[in-house]
Amino acid sequence: MDSVPPFPGQSCLPLAMVRQPPGSGPQTWPGSPFSPLTPSPAGRQGYDLLVIGGGSGGLACAKEGTYPVSHHCGTRWGLGGTCVNVGCIPKKLMHQAALLGGMIRDAPHYGWEVPPLVPHDWKMAEAVQNHVKSLNWGHRVQLQDRKVKYFNIKASFVNEHMVCGVTKDGKEVRARWPEGIEGALEYGITSDDIFWLKESPGKTPPLADVALECAGFLTGLGLDATVMVRSIPLRGFDQQMSSLVTEYMASHGTRFLRGCTPSRVGRLPDGQLQVTWEDLASGKKDVGTFDTVLWAIGRVPETRSLHLENAGVNTHPNSQKILVDAGEATSVPHIYAIGDVAEGRPELTPPAVMAGKLLARRLCGQSSDLMDYDNVPTTVFTPLEYGCVGLSEEEAVARHGEEHVEVYHAYYKPLEFTVAERDASQCYIKMVCLREPPQLVLGLHFLGPNAGEVTQGFALGIKCGASYAQVMRTLGIHPTCAEEVAKLRITKRSGLDPTVTGC
Amino acid sequence: GWWGRGCIMREVRSEAPGPELRHIFHYGFLTIHFWSIMLTFPTHFNNFTFQEAAKYNKKVMVLDFVTPTPLGTRWGLGGTCVNVGCIPKKLMHQAALLGQALRDSRNYGWNVEEMVKHDWEKMTEAVQNHIGSLNWGYRVALREKKVTYENTTNNKGKEKIYSAEKFLIATGERPRYLDIPGDKEYCISSDDLFSLPYCPGKTLVVGASYVALECAGFLAGIGLDVTVMVRSILLRGFDQDMANKIGEHMEEHGVKFIKQFVPIKVIFLLTVTIYLIFQVLLAIGRDACTRKIGLETVGVKINEKTGKIPVTDEEQTNVPYIYAIGDILEGKLELTPVAIQAGRLLAQRLYGGSTCDYENVPTTVFTPLEYGACGLSEENAVEKFGEENIEVYHSYFWPLEWTIPSRDNNKCYAKIICNIKDNERVVGFHVLGPNAGEVTQGFAAALKCGLTKQQLDSTIGIHPVCAEVVSEMSALRPGRMF
Repeated sequence: MDSVPPFPGQSCLPLAMVRQPPGSGPQTWPGSPFSPLTPSPAGRQGYDLLVIGGGSGGLACAKEGTYPVSHHCGTRWGLGGTCVNVGCIPKKLMHQAALLGGMIRDAPHYGWEVPPLVPHDWKMAEAVQNHVKSLNWGHRVQLQDRKVKYFNIKASFVNEHMVCGVTKDGKEVRARWPEGIEGALEYGITSDDIFWLKESPGKTPPLADVALECAGFLTGLGLDATVMVRSIPLRGFDQQMSSLVTEYMASHGTRFLRGCTPSRVGRLPDGQLQVTWEDLASGKKDVGTFDTVLWAIGRVPETRSLHLENAGVNTHPNSQKILVDAGEATSVPHIYAIGDVAEGRPELTPPAVMAGKLLARRLCGQSSDLMDYDNVPTTVFTPLEYGCVGLSEEEAVARHGEEHVEVYHAYYKPLEFTVAERDASQCYIKMVCLREPPQLVLGLHFLGPNAGEVTQGFALGIKCGASYAQVMRTLGIHPTCAEEVAKLRITKRSGLDPTVTGC
Repeated sequence: GWWGRGCIMREVRSEAPGPELRHIFHYGFLTIHFWSIMLTFPTHFNNFTFQEAAKYNKKVMVLDFVTPTPLGTRWGLGGTCVNVGCIPKKLMHQAALLGQALRDSRNYGWNVEEMVKHDWEKMTEAVQNHIGSLNWGYRVALREKKVTYENTTNNKGKEKIYSAEKFLIATGERPRYLDIPGDKEYCISSDDLFSLPYCPGKTLVVGASYVALECAGFLAGIGLDVTVMVRSILLRGFDQDMANKIGEHMEEHGVKFIKQFVPIKVIFLLTVTIYLIFQVLLAIGRDACTRKIGLETVGVKINEKTGKIPVTDEEQTNVPYIYAIGDILEGKLELTPVAIQAGRLLAQRLYGGSTCDYENVPTTVFTPLEYGACGLSEENAVEKFGEENIEVYHSYFWPLEWTIPSRDNNKCYAKIICNIKDNERVVGFHVLGPNAGEVTQGFAAALKCGLTKQQLDSTIGIHPVCAEVVSEMSALRPGRMF
């Protein structure tokens, strides 16, 4: 097996592991060739389906099909993949901790006798980690219940039908590390680590998108956070919404260094870190002192160590992701790929879960439904949350032309912000529609509290082909933020003031 | 000793013999009150009607007057919703939710005291300030649209005569009193609660409407000792399965329920006792304000029993030039957004050129565990389509945010009701959990588009939020964590 240079303090990230007696060498498992239409008979040597990777997608597929599978289990975290261990779950919990900080500040306005400055203790991380571990356990139990075989091994392909597994304490990088920055590896951490830190990260500059969520909750917990962005934040998202997100964060205590890249990270005698960076526009260099440097500059798939070339599976030259077709099949007919590792797929848990389930059903011959990747809703859990589904304004204009796109929008104020005297300047909704009647809704963008809750139902509507007229015929629930979507009347084209008045 | 009020109650039985004295609750505070006729003319939705009508360059006048409650409470422009309904209710509900947030925050690492006290006066002052700003906002909006506004009554002071081509009655409703000895002297209603200058203390809420449960809910949430007296069922007219879950949750969180009792007398007591109730809040229903505005003079027919006005689909009364909208309509939903929509469309129709769509109107009850609903209840769906033709999908869920404080596992719940005969079209949506209103709104839009189960299944969830539970429901399969 290739050895991977260990990084101090780094999480181990095997894809599949086998629990085996210590000291024994690698073993091989012959996989059985099988046709998707006829499941292989019981008793044949080998497995019908071998799942490499015990994350959202892999587990969903395994549980659905009740095939024996080999699963991953990291030495740093348990079953469940990124989402459970170092993604959605701990992120949302820490985001909640930060939101609660905001609620503690609101409470006195509503009559609660709380002192003005309430300190936060990073021991919260222990509670988060305990919950994550309970989920790891839950997944183990579910696999057992469904009689899915679970192996804690690091797997790679030997040939088209053979996978080789090793137990090792080798380390593999998942989050991307910056190249060419001195000190980046020794002194920086990634999102893989932040949720498992035993101590508060203190003063932190994260870089990029997961970056915004992390910077957001760190600020909310009372820490001094700076975000260094090379070009644009939330690349790929609607840029107007993205700038409102960062505007909110900036006005609530997060510092932004735009158009800058770091060049060096060094350790100071007192233990703090010194970061040197360059402003790309002016060429000026600057220096800052921090307790923690968090790299959040992107994520890479685990494909190199899989030795896919041994099996003949093709990957994308730039992203290293696995190339797949509409049925999740790779260049080798009996090898499939789903989730973040597949090229062109949204890097989100729910599509991976659904793709896994549908694939299992197809393989068992239960259905022929393919996964629909259009209009996948998502939410960015920044301090002011951003939920969206469908096209951004830029995409809509690019696809249909500006004359054929109508954008309805509104600035609104959540009722709960009034008594709390909170700034609602960035609470904003826009609905991007086709201009021609009935004005099909192409995309919905909501910036405000509980954005995910608001967006989910409308995503259903868009799946049903909702038009602007239909949304407007829907009566609002009063008083909520979501009702403002059903009350959108002002178009961007009209130039009128889109601020909502009234209660 | 304490000056006290006692509430004597009677147990409700199918064949009821005489009254039965079971409990006496004692509470303090004697208040002087005035009693006069109530007439509330424009509620807040009317402002939209008038603004809309004014768009068409019509001369519009608004007559508004709030008759004080027995306690003497009055308020400004905007009607029930703004002054004594949705707005203050939601704000006080929020205060209660923040109390819970303070408790949760300890589990998330915030060093908040275990017992945090709540100041009623501070809260009501803040709420009333916000309402004041809304009243003002409406006055300004009417002025900008050149709508004439008069604060009038028909039985006090000088008399003035106004005439018009068309009239719109939008007088709304006011809380009902019990018609028992002591009810007006010693009890308050939701009209008084939101501006009560003193903390209500230990409270008895009479009624099982959403008004009763929402008030009981937030009063308990800010730390008060609350009892709810219920004559028969909770939330009549709502899905009873959901209503019972709401009640259960409230009970588990300290709200006491006295079921199948009605009060027969409220008395003033001077006694020493360990039970002290400071307030009795009546929330037993609302009556339309149609009796004393001279409708008989112009021949507008009303339902004599309920006081409500029957109208056509175009909101016209039996008198062609007189229209009516809002809570006073017979057979229509008593909700602000419904009234606003109707008002707007009415103005458009009268002076411009469409009818309101009352199908699948979504609503939310802001009890401690919030309940959002759109479409048919399970009972109504069974009645309409037959039990064999409907399929119910459901799931319990545990909001991620409640895991850390180990709160209420397996209490949140969602169900959808589908019509098998019509492509498994979703005919009812019900969710019990945090931010139920935010969750439900989008589903209402989807229902408007004719959502089917298959379309719901093919929609991907947003993770991790409560609303995604709908993409994970199955018929009769229990929900799972995460």
